[in-house]
Amino acid sequence: MSTTTTTPAPAGAGPASSTKPSARSLNLNAVLVEGRALIALVIIIAIFAVMSDNYLTAGNLTTITKQVAFNAIVALGMLVVILNGGIDLSVGSTVGLTGAVAGNLFRGLDLPLTEAIMFPKVWVIVLIAVGVGMLVGWLNGLLISRLNLAPFIVTLGMLYVARGLTEVLLNGQNITNELSGEAALGNTGFFETFASRPLGLPISAWVMIIFAILFSILLTRTPFGRWLYATGSNERAAQLSGVPVKRVQTRIYVLAGLCAGVVGVLQVANISSSTADLGQFYELNAIAAVVIGGAALSGGRGTVRGTIIGAFVIGFLANGLVIVGVSPFWQKVITGAVIILAVAVDQIQQMIQKRRVARKAVANAKQANRQSPTPTGANA
Amino acid sequence: MTAGPAVAADLSSTLDDDVVLRAVNISKTYGVTRALKGVNFEVRRGKVTVLFGENGAGKSTLMKILSGVESPTGGHLELDGEVVSLGSTTDAVERGISIIHQELNLCPNLNVRDNIFIGRELLKRTGAVDYARERDITQQLMERLEEPIRPSTLVQDLRVGQQQIVEIARALAADARILIMDEPTSALSASEVEVLFKVIRDLTANGVAIVYISHHLEEAIEIADYAVVFRDGDLVATEKAENIDLGWVVRQMVGREADYDFRDEPRNYGDVALSIQGVTVAEPETGRVAVNNVSLDVHAGEIVCVYGLMGAGRTELMEALAGRDEISGGRVLLGTDDLAGRNIAERIALGLGLVPEDRQRDGLIQMMTVGKNLSLPSLLSSVKNQFIVRKTERDNIAREIADVRVKTAGPGALITSLSGGNQQKVVIGKMLLTSPKVLMLDEPTRGIDVGAKGEIFSLLFREASKGLAVLYVTSEVGEAITASHRIIVMSKGRIVQEFDPRTCTRDEIMAASGESDVASAAPGEHAASHSNGALQ
Repeated sequence: MSTTTTTPAPAGAGPASSTKPSARSLNLNAVLVEGRALIALVIIIAIFAVMSDNYLTAGNLTTITKQVAFNAIVALGMLVVILNGGIDLSVGSTVGLTGAVAGNLFRGLDLPLTEAIMFPKVWVIVLIAVGVGMLVGWLNGLLISRLNLAPFIVTLGMLYVARGLTEVLLNGQNITNELSGEAALGNTGFFETFASRPLGLPISAWVMIIFAILFSILLTRTPFGRWLYATGSNERAAQLSGVPVKRVQTRIYVLAGLCAGVVGVLQVANISSSTADLGQFYELNAIAAVVIGGAALSGGRGTVRGTIIGAFVIGFLANGLVIVGVSPFWQKVITGAVIILAVAVDQIQQMIQKRRVARKAVANAKQANRQSPTPTGANA
Repeated sequence: MTAGPAVAADLSSTLDDDVVLRAVNISKTYGVTRALKGVNFEVRRGKVTVLFGENGAGKSTLMKILSGVESPTGGHLELDGEVVSLGSTTDAVERGISIIHQELNLCPNLNVRDNIFIGRELLKRTGAVDYARERDITQQLMERLEEPIRPSTLVQDLRVGQQQIVEIARALAADARILIMDEPTSALSASEVEVLFKVIRDLTANGVAIVYISHHLEEAIEIADYAVVFRDGDLVATEKAENIDLGWVVRQMVGREADYDFRDEPRNYGDVALSIQGVTVAEPETGRVAVNNVSLDVHAGEIVCVYGLMGAGRTELMEALAGRDEISGGRVLLGTDDLAGRNIAERIALGLGLVPEDRQRDGLIQMMTVGKNLSLPSLLSSVKNQFIVRKTERDNIAREIADVRVKTAGPGALITSLSGGNQQKVVIGKMLLTSPKVLMLDEPTRGIDVGAKGEIFSLLFREASKGLAVLYVTSEVGEAITASHRIIVMSKGRIVQEFDPRTCTRDEIMAASGESDVASAAPGEHAASHSNGALQ
């Protein structure tokens, strides 16, 4: 009965046999989606390299990489949120808040009930700052998953809350002088660690590389990663398959907060001060990087590789526009246009893909019609 | 089965002038599923044409094409003898074709007048909406339909039957000449059905053509002028109403469904695997009691079929057992474990799996591959030290693909590339991979072809012979009889009767479910004349 099949599945493909061809064609598709971002990147670099001699220099590349790294790390957190079909608008403010927390801790903690002021060690400061980022994310996650609130609204609210708290902590003044610490207080070493350049690369680039590897493993090798894609594609079906959708939803915002916290610390070291506007609009850059990297805002589709490439596209573009002397106003127009173009191309590509699948199905059906005009199914 | 189209051709040649809408050789393909296979269909002026057919026979697909929701893959439509192509529902409405869906398409927060004119507002010369004129027309329509509903009443304050009247009024306001009604009575009380039928007769007297779909066979026969029967994407019979009866309809509907018959399978049951004790489920939004004090034991190795009409509480029972909805009363034991307070994942781990009714909405992760869909519920069994062991996962997937016989290019193929039957095998296979003790399936053969149906049931009987307890829901009587060890009939949230498939008849089951009123009034008469023929 399996010989007179009316199902136009590719003939000759036994159940568990050749997995290679389909796997390869699938990868090809993925490469095309990501390749789009990569092609854009190459074109951008080529154009600016021709226009300016200062573009492809070691110094400039390092500068670009540092800037890209900040966006890329935030974008990795954004990626897991978007894979789930959510959005986190609060990450920029969280960057600012963690920066302010770190700065304040260098001034020392006024311990209540005692006259003492505690000066935490640098690694404690970093842990607390990143912890604050995760706490903000955890709050987002709880509100979204347990109370079924819309991610857009919750994180929009948190955008204001975290920014407000940043301003409260800084009380209108940037923290600049205290950040190097004092040997007597035992809290030195911040800049030595977080503004260093191991092997010539800025520390932020190293963190980006490590985070990219970790997130890649998380997304492809762990059940959490699988659950994330499943929930993003079809939450109801995932839930009925036993996926702990609420827990997944909470954790992704914690991850986003973690990334924002790390960037907060790195940025404070980079600009050697805690400022109230630190991290502003980072959320938008991160979303742009994720989307240019081929992720679907509706969830379920996207990769670490694509996101990193997306961050580089934005970074190389922004830097190039500055170097060739395009006015800041036009820079914004061009950056925005590139983002829209990236999404539009993605959409068109998918439409073409769908049409191709439909055409194939029709052709298959016609062929099946010819082979057996009245399909008699299995006689079990 | 080949006689059907020939009959249709005869009728059309004699009554040609009355045909307002004709579908010529219409076919429709979804992915690899052929929902319609070259159907010729006619709608006549001032007549009610009733469509019969089981779920997935192609009725809804044809209605979607007639109302402009979908475009046909092949064939064309003729309206008043002219070839037309309906690009959208608006297009269809402008040409006088309106559809009233089973799920009403009204805005509950707007009043009756606004709902009737939504999207087609009457304007004054200034460009403002002419509410006065809209109100007057609404008033007239309500009088014509003999329903005293004020135009300013909010739709959410109306009973379902009244909302249906509003839908009809909307169609009439758009000058509908052809009115398609999909399961219009499923939510109506008996008296509301009478009102509806009176409205339908008034409409036909005024020359409106009605296309009517219903699972309630007796009712549908009562209102029919012409009967058309679909089966597996083919139009298999067309007949005038005076020449048909329930037996004819059932025979045409089920046709050659006896392709599989598991009634003679050996029955060796084990202990009680699933014990449902006085379970009551209330719908969270409305508080309506969907499942009312249901008790049922399913044994290891037993296949129990729950038969009932839509809205009988079957799906609600299954989803509550699976852990999606709250059980508001009673208790459920899986073996010796009480399921109270356990979430879906814990129930799966204990050995209770659900294959949901709506494959696309609840069963599949569309963006994932066949393999990843298969391994999702049992993923943790492939995990070591927090990481997925790829080889274990691959082996499990390969084993299951072979086991449930999924026809696919490989585990890496996208799930959406499979046919409906093979997608369903994946949904069943992924639950089997969790090594369940009890497997629940909600309409497991919905929308899949006959061959795949037989394969799915042989799979279930094979697993049952190894000790799996199976509880499945169906709305196909033939399926209930030929593929179960025991039939439970549910109606209005309760278990009303239990049957042995080896001894019961089709009509007995339908009567118990409330599907055929006449049969329940005089069961002997119908049972004798129809069920035997139908089963042959």
